Amino acid sequence: MTAVSKSFVELDNVRLRYSEGDDLALETTNMKINKGEFIAVVGPSGCGKSSLLKLVSGLMPPSEGTVIVDNKEVSGPLKIVGMAFQNPTLLPWRTTLDNVLLPMEIVKPHRNRLRKHRTEYEDRARKLLASVGLAGHEDKYPWELSGGMQQRASLCRSLIHEPDLLMLDEPFGALDAFTREELWDILQNLWMVRPFTVILVTHDLREAAYLADTIYVMSKRPGTILVQRENTLPRPRDQETTFTQPFTDLVHELRSHIRDVRAA
Amino acid sequence: MAKKKDLSKATPWISAIGLFVIWELIVRIFNIPVYILPTPSESIMVGWDFRGAIWMHAVHTLYTTLAGFAIAVVFGVVLGALVGSSKAVYDAANPLLVGFNSVPKVALVPVLVMWFGIGTVPAIITAFLISFFPIVVNVATGLATLEPELRDVLRSLGATRRDILVKVGFPRAMPYFFASLKVAITLAFVGSVISETVASNLGVGYLMLSASSKFNMPLVFAGLLVIAVMGIAMYELFNIIERRSTKWANRGNPTN
Repeated sequence: MTAVSKSFVELDNVRLRYSEGDDLALETTNMKINKGEFIAVVGPSGCGKSSLLKLVSGLMPPSEGTVIVDNKEVSGPLKIVGMAFQNPTLLPWRTTLDNVLLPMEIVKPHRNRLRKHRTEYEDRARKLLASVGLAGHEDKYPWELSGGMQQRASLCRSLIHEPDLLMLDEPFGALDAFTREELWDILQNLWMVRPFTVILVTHDLREAAYLADTIYVMSKRPGTILVQRENTLPRPRDQETTFTQPFTDLVHELRSHIRDVRAA
Repeated sequence: MAKKKDLSKATPWISAIGLFVIWELIVRIFNIPVYILPTPSESIMVGWDFRGAIWMHAVHTLYTTLAGFAIAVVFGVVLGALVGSSKAVYDAANPLLVGFNSVPKVALVPVLVMWFGIGTVPAIITAFLISFFPIVVNVATGLATLEPELRDVLRSLGATRRDILVKVGFPRAMPYFFASLKVAITLAFVGSVISETVASNLGVGYLMLSASSKFNMPLVFAGLLVIAVMGIAMYELFNIIERRSTKWANRGNPTN
């Protein structure tokens, strides 16, 4: 073992332009995320939050600097990442259960085992669906589910293969406030049962304060990290937490950072 | 509710019969001579008299059309898959395809006759040439309109290009593919009949040409009606296949 760094994800002086000669999309960015840490990235729209996810998951190479995940420099798409977006992107011709099982048909070694151990995998998917409150909906098609239910299924699809790294790009952005807060709890529960590293991109400051251990505030484009704020509110956080003074103070503080960023 | 459903089922029949009635009335009221425009009743009666010949020619046209159409489906799916899944193939093939599709296929029939002689072969090839284009375009569109987010999800799981094509691309392209079959089958009829008219001694196209050279206009129109009926029947067949095989894409209007 040589010079093992403690952090699970590391961005080292990363800059990004979409193509040669373009303006910078991401200005020099440094980040260190520990294994099992839940971080949130907030910032004005168009600041490169989503590009950050693509960089870490290897879908886009950095123009300068290095991205390191699990002590290896990222040079192509990582093969172990779970992802969920604002749009649930479920496949309409598959049932909820088959949608959740999709990663198993792709990720090794599961793809070679799936056919033989079908029931074992189905049980696993059913358990996961039950844990997000979708028991009894396994055989329904996505269009038979509400938006919130689709997003839960999408979350299950991103977690079924037990990834070490979960990328969430405004996953709850299109949901109503009640459903959204319900899903915060579901996500927090899943994460507390089996801690995985989460990068959550959002522009909901309450969401960041509710879920994350560390909150990064990004500047306007070209984006870079301006503030790194630890969030030590005790877990599990619940509805009551959102009405406590420390929570509102934190949201206030984040809001003022964003205001400064937008004014700058 | 039940009444409304009955009515909507009857609508196509009402409109078809209505068209015939208006046609019949116009011809009779304006006293149009039969060698210009025969009445539908006359056409149908003459068609009945010639039913043996019409049946023989119609079966031949149907066979020719389906043969050309079958080649178009295989060729269209393969080319569509290539064009839809690779930017380079798309860039290379697109101008050629558009240019080729702009050429009137009737102009190719003499060329085909020079190569293959008069008869069934040029008719099959014309049917194929005229009908493969919509299949290529639709299959390619179905494959190319994959949501980028879904592609990201799959790639970050380690999916290969082939995985993405098999798991998402092809199933997604199915509704586009079946929609194009309905268009392609009617075009295939156009192709085979054109070729039969110009260079064959078999098929409805030939029948119509020989009837018109004898000024037997009712028989010409009987031929047209037979082509239209075959076209509608084939279109309906593929419509039913489409609805059966891609139920998920028609979820807005349940089919039963």
